[in-house]
Amino acid sequence: MELVEAIILAVLAASTPLLIAATGELVTERSGVLNLGVEGMMIVGAACGFAGAWLTGSIFIGALFGIVAGTMMSLVFALMALGLAVNQVATGLALTILGVGLSGLIGAGFVGERITPAVHLYVPGLTDIPLIGRVLFGEDAFIYFSLALVVGVWWFLYRTRPGLILRACGDNHVSAHALGYPVLRIRTLAVMFGGACAGLAGAYLPLAYTPFFIPGMTAGRGWIALALVVFSSWRPGRLVVGAYLFGAVTILQLHAQGWGVGIPSQFMSALPYLATVIVLVLLSRARTGGSTAPAALGTVFVPDR
Amino acid sequence: MRKSLLALAAGLLLAGSVSAASAADKLKVGFIYLGPIGDLGWTYQHELARQALVKELGDKIETTFLENVPEGPDAERAIEQLVRAGNKLIFTTSFGYMDPTLKVAKKYPNVHFEHSTGYKRNPNMSTYSAKWYQGRYIQGLIAAKMSKSGVLGYIGSFPIPEVVSGINATILAAQTINSNIKVKIIWANTWFDPGKEADAAKALIDQGADVIMQHTDSPAAMQIASERGKLAFGQDSEMIKFGPKTQLTSILDTWGPYYIARVKAELDGTWKSEDTWGGLDSHMFAMAPYTNMPDDVKKIAEDAQAAITAGKLHPFKCPVVGQDGKPVECKGGANLDDGQILGMNFYVKGIDDKLPGR
Repeated sequence: MELVEAIILAVLAASTPLLIAATGELVTERSGVLNLGVEGMMIVGAACGFAGAWLTGSIFIGALFGIVAGTMMSLVFALMALGLAVNQVATGLALTILGVGLSGLIGAGFVGERITPAVHLYVPGLTDIPLIGRVLFGEDAFIYFSLALVVGVWWFLYRTRPGLILRACGDNHVSAHALGYPVLRIRTLAVMFGGACAGLAGAYLPLAYTPFFIPGMTAGRGWIALALVVFSSWRPGRLVVGAYLFGAVTILQLHAQGWGVGIPSQFMSALPYLATVIVLVLLSRARTGGSTAPAALGTVFVPDR
Repeated sequence: MRKSLLALAAGLLLAGSVSAASAADKLKVGFIYLGPIGDLGWTYQHELARQALVKELGDKIETTFLENVPEGPDAERAIEQLVRAGNKLIFTTSFGYMDPTLKVAKKYPNVHFEHSTGYKRNPNMSTYSAKWYQGRYIQGLIAAKMSKSGVLGYIGSFPIPEVVSGINATILAAQTINSNIKVKIIWANTWFDPGKEADAAKALIDQGADVIMQHTDSPAAMQIASERGKLAFGQDSEMIKFGPKTQLTSILDTWGPYYIARVKAELDGTWKSEDTWGGLDSHMFAMAPYTNMPDDVKKIAEDAQAAITAGKLHPFKCPVVGQDGKPVECKGGANLDDGQILGMNFYVKGIDDKLPGR
């Protein structure tokens, strides 16, 4: 039982950065913008988040630093891809290269420093419930925040008028524009939200997951978040399934190796990717029978004035 | 499209970082690094060695380094960039630079190259590496002494001979202390991913391991062991900051003396292509102070270190028994020969796991 709990806790921690970053990117893409710079925004968020926490001693302020840093990175993207109508794919890739370099520069002075990681919550009575107590009430606040974030995004996209307008921009920017909606402004806000989430996801790594900063510590998680958005067919609910499935298979394959199951580790390492892709593709086949990509995703829009 | 853009961006980055102007009469020495110099591991140790080199011979040489150079075809351009910038001796510090280095070396016969951890040489290309398995043997002794559960946790990067020989050396040493010692091995299939390394450490501890050893680059495992009140060994560099009450010792890559010797040879005109595989005796690596252990364990470690340095103790002393229970052919007389260790692709008896791909 203890082992089951330990595994669930490890899965939660491993999945959370993916979930936060992917949720932000989902909103961005739903508005019709493809920002491939998630990895770059994450790593800058990680460096700034750590810097903030180290300088002030507060994890909360560190998280804010991460959010602001990610948002600023996304503004660079918005300026290029939306303001100047540059190719989004190229801009996003450039943003990642920029982010990796910039984070090394920002973080250079903090390498080797330690901080006290985010505290684990403790709710008297509830946290002590066997098995589910720790999982539901006893981890760091980021984990519960990420779930609230997904619910909030789902509610916004499907239950509010601004959410409908945002999706309209992503499906047909010409029509949205003709109806009088400020497409570029809406998209800029969506890109900023994506940046804020990526920054927070990046900050989660040095603030809670592994409480130190090292250049390159995101190690490709931004790219996995991007892939999760696609395989979840741009739906928040499936994103949760995908992120936790990916995290779960990652952790379970490590445990399986420890138990000596005898399956080649190279295959085990590929398993999270395989399992996530297969399950999400099956899910989307079963329900809608095809791709549900925002129709205007990645296309440049220059309003005629 | 994406590829050419990336290449263009990489080209610009490289062009930016090799702009250091030079005094013409100084020997120019170049370095290619795999990671950022602040990785606190592999690249950091090469950078420390470069700094030691500059301190020693700074008035006669000028050094340039390129960091974050990906292994593979990109590396070739980076190495060539250093050649064109006038570097006469170039150190390429990762296994994956082997073929690119050789290619550039053949193109520029008047420039000398030093490739780390590879096996391909040329009249103008040397190789150098360290016998880290000696350090792993010492760690195995300490681990067996310190483990209460009798279960060691080992985080591997990739199942290559260097890592496999490290695991075998560890377990052979541990068995001399506790014949029933168990080791749980998790392959991260990456050299560097702090999150995944932390997850692997968590999994090992959750499965009962109480001493964690790693052959991956970040201090994440050390940090997790520290959080859980277990013990651990560092990797490549000093990691005691991440586990003041956790780190038992660490294998420290100390390339400095080698770099200084090779640059001196280049300055004297006596440089020639060589294959250097040095151990504790030639100071290619060192052991971090033995900490967080009682004096008797410390003494065992120190005695073993002295014996290995003096050549009296060989971690792969025959007979070495494989997992199938049969002794491995003993090509080196009293112990396995270098070739057998450099190409090690089997587990020794006592490891209950299967080597991936076997």
